[in-house]
Amino acid sequence: MSRPEHTGPPELFYNEKEAKKYTANNHIIEVQTKLTERALELLALPDDEPCFLLDIGCGSGLSGQTLSDNGHYWAGVDISSHMLDVAVDSEVEGDLVLGDMGQGLPFRAGSFDGAISISAIQWLCNVDKKSHNPIKRMAKFFTTLYAVLARGSRAVFQLYPETPDQLELLTQQAMKAGFTGGVIVDYPNSTKAKKLFLCLFTGPSNQPMPKALTGNEVQQNNQVRFESKREKFREKAIKKGRQWILDKKERQRRQGKEVRQDTKYTGRKRSKAF
Amino acid sequence: MKLITHNMLTSKILKNVVTGYPLKIHAVKAELKKADFQPDFIARMIKKIDYKTLYQAAETLGYAEGMPKTEILNEEDMNNEETLKKLHEVLLEIEVIEGDLECPETGRKFPINNGIPNMLVNEEEL
Repeated sequence: MSRPEHTGPPELFYNEKEAKKYTANNHIIEVQTKLTERALELLALPDDEPCFLLDIGCGSGLSGQTLSDNGHYWAGVDISSHMLDVAVDSEVEGDLVLGDMGQGLPFRAGSFDGAISISAIQWLCNVDKKSHNPIKRMAKFFTTLYAVLARGSRAVFQLYPETPDQLELLTQQAMKAGFTGGVIVDYPNSTKAKKLFLCLFTGPSNQPMPKALTGNEVQQNNQVRFESKREKFREKAIKKGRQWILDKKERQRRQGKEVRQDTKYTGRKRSKAF
Repeated sequence: MKLITHNMLTSKILKNVVTGYPLKIHAVKAELKKADFQPDFIARMIKKIDYKTLYQAAETLGYAEGMPKTEILNEEDMNNEETLKKLHEVLLEIEVIEGDLECPETGRKFPINNGIPNMLVNEEEL
């Protein structure tokens, strides 16, 4: 996967052309919508209550659109004026502010009921200017974020960390700023569908972490089957046999892929007419 | 920029600025854009916003007529449909398209272009 972080600072990378391209791409819209919906779910806002949210790195307002669709009001911050211009042109309902998250968030304390950020905070790890110090910028960002959130609210970041160190550094800085919480990995068995969310709480630290998605939520129950007759070795099923097909489908389900239901026809031989 | 955002914005990110609130509005161009009225949201936000700042901001833009003049809103105001509608207009429908925001402590100006306040500062100002 290509990383735009490597090509240059965000305010230069998302130029007029790139901003238009980004917003016109159906695949990106779909992915952003899904990620925002998941982030919103992790925010665990009170039901049926319109909230005032902050979208960090709102870009052209794709994620904000999903927030509006769910009945919330939002303000977005982004460093690329071209992206924000696209957002104005597409008449998003939220309000937009041009700002750099590494310089701190310019809002008064307790302003927002929650914050989300889709694929944006990995940019904080970069050094785009001589004066940039990533750790300092992260510290500034997280301390101001902690201040602008109302007590008890959450911040959810979807991110693509380049290395485990990056993720650790971000989490560490967030904890230093007073947040509790941690990382949630959706679909950990799949390289493609795997998604990381940094879930931060401002409230008391005894809140349970939300569950990550694995793709087989339906089958989950708390019982252990066949405790006394545990099989020692599981023999590999014969290739192309029914069991092999069922195993493979199960594996793909775990990776979060769309897989047809198992039926009595699964893996059955075709008649000779074919 | 809507007034709900103005009510939250500060210039605290600047060096040596203590509160940086409220930012003074110098509007060159402002517009009214219709938005869906959600009384629940307005009633909830009214507890959060700084009413004095909101009133002053609306006054500068010439929309203060019909707003309750008290510094803190009472229960009666919050249940009054007319008042909520007026507050909805002030909070979510008025938009400053072109102009400036001025830091009350340093006088640093943040330009508003195309409805977007530019809160970027130079490294020396941090």
